[in-house]
Amino acid sequence: MSVSQTDFTRAMMDANQPVPEGLLDASGGPAGRRFSVYRNNVAVSLTEAMHSAFPLIGKLLGKQNLDGLAGLYLRAHPPSSPLMMHYGAEFPEFLAGMEQLKHLGYLPDAARLDLALRRAYHAGDATPVDPAQLGALAPDALMGARLSFAPAMQVLRSPWPLFDIWRFNTEEDAPKPRHEAQDILITRPEFDPVVQHLPAGGADWIDAMNRGATLEGALSTIHAQHPDFDLSHVLALLLQGGAITHLDSKG
Amino acid sequence: MLDAAQTLPAAAGVGYKPQHFADILKDAGDVRWLEIHAENYMGDGGRPLAQLRHLAEEFAISVHGVGLSIGGEGALDRDHLARLKHLVGWLNPASFSEHLAWSTHDSHFYNDLLPLPYTDATLARVCDHINQVQDTIGRRMLLENPSSYLAFAESTWSEPEFLAEITRRTGCGLLLDVNNVFVSATNLDFSPQGYIDAFALDQVGEIHLGGHDEDEDDHGKPLLIDSHGAEVVDPVWALLDYTLAKSGPKPVLVEWDTDVPEWPVLAAEAARAATALERIPA
Repeated sequence: MSVSQTDFTRAMMDANQPVPEGLLDASGGPAGRRFSVYRNNVAVSLTEAMHSAFPLIGKLLGKQNLDGLAGLYLRAHPPSSPLMMHYGAEFPEFLAGMEQLKHLGYLPDAARLDLALRRAYHAGDATPVDPAQLGALAPDALMGARLSFAPAMQVLRSPWPLFDIWRFNTEEDAPKPRHEAQDILITRPEFDPVVQHLPAGGADWIDAMNRGATLEGALSTIHAQHPDFDLSHVLALLLQGGAITHLDSKG
Repeated sequence: MLDAAQTLPAAAGVGYKPQHFADILKDAGDVRWLEIHAENYMGDGGRPLAQLRHLAEEFAISVHGVGLSIGGEGALDRDHLARLKHLVGWLNPASFSEHLAWSTHDSHFYNDLLPLPYTDATLARVCDHINQVQDTIGRRMLLENPSSYLAFAESTWSEPEFLAEITRRTGCGLLLDVNNVFVSATNLDFSPQGYIDAFALDQVGEIHLGGHDEDEDDHGKPLLIDSHGAEVVDPVWALLDYTLAKSGPKPVLVEWDTDVPEWPVLAAEAARAATALERIPA
């Protein structure tokens, strides 16, 4: 009686399936609950991977609830890569599809924030420009400059108060989340990702810069919608986060 | 950077955990080398790679893969092989090892070391995969014996014979995990010393030690589970002594992967391994 890896994994991932025949204990009898060691190892290790991937979701829902969701998720989306640093990529959409979590509409964005922080943690290293380099430019030259950003830098757009939710769950004595949409800027000054509130218009401005616009060109694309956009504030966030890796002022 | 021909020292090492980074640099005690899990260092940058570059300047490094699925029925994952080649290429570690097990099937990765039967067919497949790995990374690899919780009715080879035949066909070396031997011997009711006697000790490039959990099967018989979450038990230390007396000095590693303790606890386990190496009878 030969046991294929298809038989093995089918029974391993579904405890209602019988243990494949041909798996034995020490005296030649059926393996029985010895097979459960594998069922348990897979579930436990993938559940632990979800806890380390989604600390904010763990805070918002509690350990037991995330345990339960991880058990459902691992059967719906078993890992497709041996790199656990990529496991859980479909969790935001999975959460969005859970009927019983519909009243917590911000959860998928909170999961996207956890994923973005993990991506930032493992992102490639890049040497930031010296802030003095920007300061030394004449205003005209600065407005005509183009920028490149570090691989760790990420922008999350959200219709929820995502920055407040993050702070409320990670900082002591943080204020309660306001009722407003908040975008987030993630930078990685050295090794630890930093979460900042990106003011309205910032996400569009960074998008334009990523497409190769000059500072002034990017400003003009958002000016109509965000006349009060504070460019120096966003530039300061980026510089503090070591997120600007190249400055091209040659026009 | 270490010489390509360098191997692991016949001394104590530990499985590296990032929370021990500062402690290890301050006082490594008897620890002379470190082992990392390959898959945790396949990101693009950041702290993991920075720590690894730093540690590699002071310690011999062993790269231990947990995701290649060498025993898998399907083809090896080419993307993963390429990542491994890249890591081994820039790090130039003292050793690379993987497991006699599978973890990927139908492009799903199960994050556990799953068992395979020992037949002529699985032997041929495992050897093909090892040849492919060794050709890709351009060096000899070590293959580790598994912890077994059950047996396959279809097996026609004993595990030590199966492993010895793999080394003959592929030229790979072996990683002997004496805790796995103890766990399997208890679970499948064979003599751990008899297993060591049958093992190709001349091909062993590294020895592993670790902790296990105790459970029971349906008939109340002991069922040991390889957890790497506790101290090494005395019978496993005794089995290490038995092995070293026959094999001579080898690199000996203590693994502790879950419920990881403070550094002094792990360092004490490494010190005990160093003592075992010192008192090998001449």
